[in-house]
Amino acid sequence: MSLAINNLHARTGQRDILKGLTLEVPSGEVHAIMGPNGSGKSTLAKVLAGHEDYEVTAGTATLDGADILAMEADERSRAGLFLAFQYPIEIPGVSNANFLRAALQARQPEGVELDAVAFYHKMYAKMDVLEMNRQFTSRSVNEGFSGGEKKRNEILQLMMLEPKFAVLDETDSGLDIDALKVVAQGVNAMRSPERGFLVITHYQRLLDYIQPDVVHVLMDGRIVKTGGPDLALKLEAQGYDWLKEEVLVTA
Amino acid sequence: MSTTFSAGDIDRSKGDFFFPERNKYDAGYGLTESTIDYICDVKNDPDWVRDFRKRALKVFHDKPMPTHWATRDLENIRFDDIRYYLSDGQKPKRSWDDVPEDVKKTFERLGIPEQERKFLAGVEAQYDSEAAYSNIQKAVSDQGVIFVNSSEGLKEHEEIFRPWFGKVIPTGDNKFSALNSAAFSGGSFIYVPKGVKVKHPLQAYFRINSENFGQFERTLIIVDEGAEVMYMEGCTAPKFETSTLHSAVVELVAMKGAKLQYVTVQNWSSNVFNLVTKRGIAHEEAEVKWIDCNIGSRLTMKYPGVIMKGRKARGEVISIALANSGQHQDTGAKMIHAADETTSNIVSKSISIGEGRATYRGQVHIPRHLKNCKNNTECDALLINSSSRTDTYPAITVRGNQHATQHEASVSQVSAEQIFYMQQRGLSEGQAMSLSVNGFINDLVREFPMEYSVELKRLIDLEMEDSVG
Ligand SMILES: Nc1ncnc2c1ncn2[C@@H]1O[C@H](COP(=O)(O)OP(=O)(O)O)[C@@H](O)[C@H]1O
Ligand SMILES: [Mg+2]
Repeated sequence: MSLAINNLHARTGQRDILKGLTLEVPSGEVHAIMGPNGSGKSTLAKVLAGHEDYEVTAGTATLDGADILAMEADERSRAGLFLAFQYPIEIPGVSNANFLRAALQARQPEGVELDAVAFYHKMYAKMDVLEMNRQFTSRSVNEGFSGGEKKRNEILQLMMLEPKFAVLDETDSGLDIDALKVVAQGVNAMRSPERGFLVITHYQRLLDYIQPDVVHVLMDGRIVKTGGPDLALKLEAQGYDWLKEEVLVTA
Repeated sequence: MSTTFSAGDIDRSKGDFFFPERNKYDAGYGLTESTIDYICDVKNDPDWVRDFRKRALKVFHDKPMPTHWATRDLENIRFDDIRYYLSDGQKPKRSWDDVPEDVKKTFERLGIPEQERKFLAGVEAQYDSEAAYSNIQKAVSDQGVIFVNSSEGLKEHEEIFRPWFGKVIPTGDNKFSALNSAAFSGGSFIYVPKGVKVKHPLQAYFRINSENFGQFERTLIIVDEGAEVMYMEGCTAPKFETSTLHSAVVELVAMKGAKLQYVTVQNWSSNVFNLVTKRGIAHEEAEVKWIDCNIGSRLTMKYPGVIMKGRKARGEVISIALANSGQHQDTGAKMIHAADETTSNIVSKSISIGEGRATYRGQVHIPRHLKNCKNNTECDALLINSSSRTDTYPAITVRGNQHATQHEASVSQVSAEQIFYMQQRGLSEGQAMSLSVNGFINDLVREFPMEYSVELKRLIDLEMEDSVG
């Protein structure tokens, strides 16, 4: 069981962004992707999730063997792929609770109603883990939320939807250290042998709290280096320049 | 008589089915003086009504189409290809058991008898030109409440009916009020005596079954001093190849301190011209509130109004319009302040989907000599696609400086990023749009009685599923 990406090329308009990206995350593991701004990290996340702005020109991506690139965005979600957005979207008028209910209802077999009582129990329990006030259930999705509240809300959705694979796109940005710990607690609670994580981050800091099994470095649309947690520490200390040189040398 | 559904019957949306016609009375095509005589003879109208109709016919013919401000699509109405009166010649029944089988089945499919059992104080069900069923709870009629169809109202209760009939909306108000005044049949007459508060809503359902037909119901509701009532109406028609005309006139009178709420959920098929004039008079400290939801039709033109005639009277229009491709919802509100300290509130939300077009036209009038009047107008439009269209024409004439008015308008669009976000959580594109649309109108839906808000959501979901295919 794994999320397997092979030689993925993607572009938007005339511009190639992913240029032959290969990566495999087995279930049960947490992989981190680090890379400079603009290297294509969010693009990878959105291409996996099926955003219509990006065209896949070559390569494959499979989730437990199923070709996710052939699916609509909503099918990918129901197949078990979750994306925690770098910039979560506001949906005016739709309450958080109703949104989650609709998302869970969409996973029910035809004609089976979601158990509303069980739903609220579960949601409140997860909100407690994330130290979220109950008032967030009736507020419109992300509307007027602070940056940190939005990120917590992404993790709440992750905890409710229980995907097979989760891609977290810079979930740490905009969080102070206390919030970061809370969010990491939520993610860690979700770690299991059946679930894989791809954690995109710009800073090593997050990885102190969500410890990765493997660290990849993404530069200019490709994975240029893969290593253990110490690779993240080295990047934190030395930046990306040494890698850029290394890449130039091998290219 | 056939009681099986016709072959063209489709069950996708509740209203799209019809039964074969079996009309005893058919006024034939076109509207002339002899059509009027035919209608009067069949209905056994008193002479004053016959005269009223004939005068109205002249006004109708004399008035030009209002295409100098309204859409030219009005020119596509073929008045000569429409039948102005159809009925099976039976009196409205007091029990569903006595209603002819096909008509009964129709209303059962629309859920009317069930709603009646659950939460209504009375029901009138109109099939083409006449009511097929009409009933009011005994406890309510024992309080002196009258709830009958307009034909019965004008004959049996002339002393209450006649003084107000055509007074809130004069025949010549517009071309279509004149048309209705000439050809009217069916609709409700309600009188609520002083101080009586009717707990449960009274409901009318207007059903068109026949092709090339015009439905012209006429409703008059009089709520006496300190009394209260809520009236709800629903309407549907099958989807025929040719267009259908629905042109109603609704007059409301709220006497001193009375409260009157009029709720509409219309779900016309997409070839109905729906041209309706609705207006209420609110006397001192009275309240008239229109809660209006317009779904379907080819063209709807409807601007419910309130004339606030007495001190401290209140008028309110809450409206939702949903325009899908091939549809134009031209709706709005009219608030005429005619006394001191009167208050009006307009909240209008429209949704345009695909090539759908929503127009808001508002008129708020506060003359100079009045004191301390208030108006709040809020109109919001939601566009689902880049080809959707909305226009707003607010006309607020406030003279003098002793009034408080507030006007807000917004246009927003469901963005591709919002849809993608929701799809990423597992919702289909249609479900995502439905959710956004429901979110947009949520605060207004809460104003509808619970039973209706559920229905409203269901209708909107159907429209959204359709629009993304
Ligand atoms: N929809 C888009 N249209 C145009 N350019 C884009 C689009 N999405 C991403 N890009 C460009 O692709 C590059 C990679 O962006 P992104 O994947 O967001 O980087 P990262 O998340 O690693 O910072 C950037 O130069 C960015 O400007
Ligand atoms: Mg990014």
